Amino acid sequence: MVEAELSVRPEVNGHMREADNPQSPVVRFGADKPLRLDAGVELCPFQIAYQTYGTLNASRSNAILICHALTGDQHVNNVHPVTGKGGWWDSMIGPGKPIDTERYFVICQNVVGACMGTTGPASTNPATGKPWGLDFPVITIRDMVRAQAMLLDHLGIEQLLGVAGGSMGGMQVLQWAASYPERVFAALPIATSTRHSAQNIAFHEVGRQAVMADPEWRQGRYLIEGTNPRRGLAVARMGAHITYLSDAALHRKFGRKFQDRQNPTFSFDADFQVESYLRYQGITFVERFDANSYLYLTRAMDYFDLAADYDDVLANAFRGTPTRFCVISFTSDWLFPTSDSRAIVHALNAGSARVSFAEIVTDKGHDAFLLDEPELFAIVRGFLDSASEARGLRKA
Amino acid sequence: MMLLRPKRDLTMAEAARAPGGARVDHLLVAAMVEPKSRVLDVGCGDGELLRLLEERGVDGRGIELSREGVNECVAKGLAVIQGDADTDLSDYPDDAFDYVILSQTLQATRRPREVLENMLRIGRRAIVSFPNFGHWRIRLQLLLNGAMPVTDNLPDSWYDSPNIHFCTIKDFRELCSVAGAKMEKSLALNPWGAPLRLNAPWWFWNLFGEQAVFLLSRKG
Repeated sequence: MVEAELSVRPEVNGHMREADNPQSPVVRFGADKPLRLDAGVELCPFQIAYQTYGTLNASRSNAILICHALTGDQHVNNVHPVTGKGGWWDSMIGPGKPIDTERYFVICQNVVGACMGTTGPASTNPATGKPWGLDFPVITIRDMVRAQAMLLDHLGIEQLLGVAGGSMGGMQVLQWAASYPERVFAALPIATSTRHSAQNIAFHEVGRQAVMADPEWRQGRYLIEGTNPRRGLAVARMGAHITYLSDAALHRKFGRKFQDRQNPTFSFDADFQVESYLRYQGITFVERFDANSYLYLTRAMDYFDLAADYDDVLANAFRGTPTRFCVISFTSDWLFPTSDSRAIVHALNAGSARVSFAEIVTDKGHDAFLLDEPELFAIVRGFLDSASEARGLRKA
Repeated sequence: MMLLRPKRDLTMAEAARAPGGARVDHLLVAAMVEPKSRVLDVGCGDGELLRLLEERGVDGRGIELSREGVNECVAKGLAVIQGDADTDLSDYPDDAFDYVILSQTLQATRRPREVLENMLRIGRRAIVSFPNFGHWRIRLQLLLNGAMPVTDNLPDSWYDSPNIHFCTIKDFRELCSVAGAKMEKSLALNPWGAPLRLNAPWWFWNLFGEQAVFLLSRKG
């Protein structure tokens, strides 16, 4: 039955342990270093959880910041403390990989509003001693980037060799390049956009409504009241997951094949493999993610409109930028289609930026940036090679 | 959709090459570019010319229609974007480059005149190289066979060819005049890539030049 299959292990979800005391290095910013939010309030105190890989060189010039996507976290290249699975970008990052940790110092921070150790709605509000819940201020992509810059200041990294990320991570990359052009030598926005489309906002709204319709959500006070809107969050994840794939990929993987049976059961069991797969995606997601974080981060993406900060002229965001860009899109990505990437490229050209743009042929949809795409790897490697050469780094 | 440059050109095995390995026509184009300048190579193929230019200290960018060409260029660290000369040049601001190069691509564009006008708008100078359809062997083939010529340099049958706007050197000079382009330098190459005599008359170039290279600027 639907209910049985959508229920999850009864023990406390892993992310709730991680929210305040993560298994990651943490930097706490006190009263002297508040995070000024676009919402017009200050977040203070707050903390950032992050992971690093490789070694920072003596001239501090080999740092690459990885920005994670909506449901990602800082565990980009290590075993995840909650799921026990590998890092979410193990294929891209590591010794000898395109983002080579033998050459580069890789940093990945959990974004503000998330739930893996950086301050977010699941963290304890120091004013009340209880989880923030919906008292947490609404945050934006720019707030995330502002916080990341504070961590880099703390680590003593003035300029990044590169900033890379896909989807919401790509939005952060673009915001980085616009807000701190002198601090970004090379930018790699992948499968992303400078503004969230109406269709994407609509999908997010469906996800949020699914969470909020779950009676266990309790107006966002579930952590205080000891409930958990698992089913709402799982449904949100199931819906979103469809948007990360493509019709062709779903057909190739599942078609209309039945799950462990030869014939339909004439019930609402997960007869089809694709149903079973989506339910699994939903169930595993709620183990590691906080429902309110999902609301806040989807909202941050919805609010993202880079041109709006520059008189609605996107080119103004990048005019005269010293940053070199490599924009990448995927043919079957209908969530952040190639036309979005092209708009970025046009703006960069109009601003006379040094820009490369490649569209990779794949049927894997939006999620292609996380998957095994040899062409993606070759492009990222080549782009970073030439960037580090231009930056004066020794060849490996 | 028409390729900016034939796929075969990604290797251009049959092109005349100098002892260093560089294509002769590329060397001639590169010689027209002042060092340290900003260059856009329209239809940059696999990036061979761009790389040659960057080795000479030029700040080079490229546009290429074929995805495989683009991805190869980007993996080489070149600043190349996927795009179409016919539609995407209009997105560039005026005077964005010192030179805009169209190497062996003019004949594959849908609107050569608009492409040339855009090149002269976004670059202070334009460099165009193209196969000369007025070469005597082509004329002879058409005369004797009565069929569209197929040569080593132009190996595709008419129905397979990406080259939809062939022209002769004489035709191109006329295009320059209607597009408001001033001819600053010009060269015609024989089939081995060697330049023909500079003081030869135009009809001679048009008959014996297999390829031509023009350096253009805006009139007035």
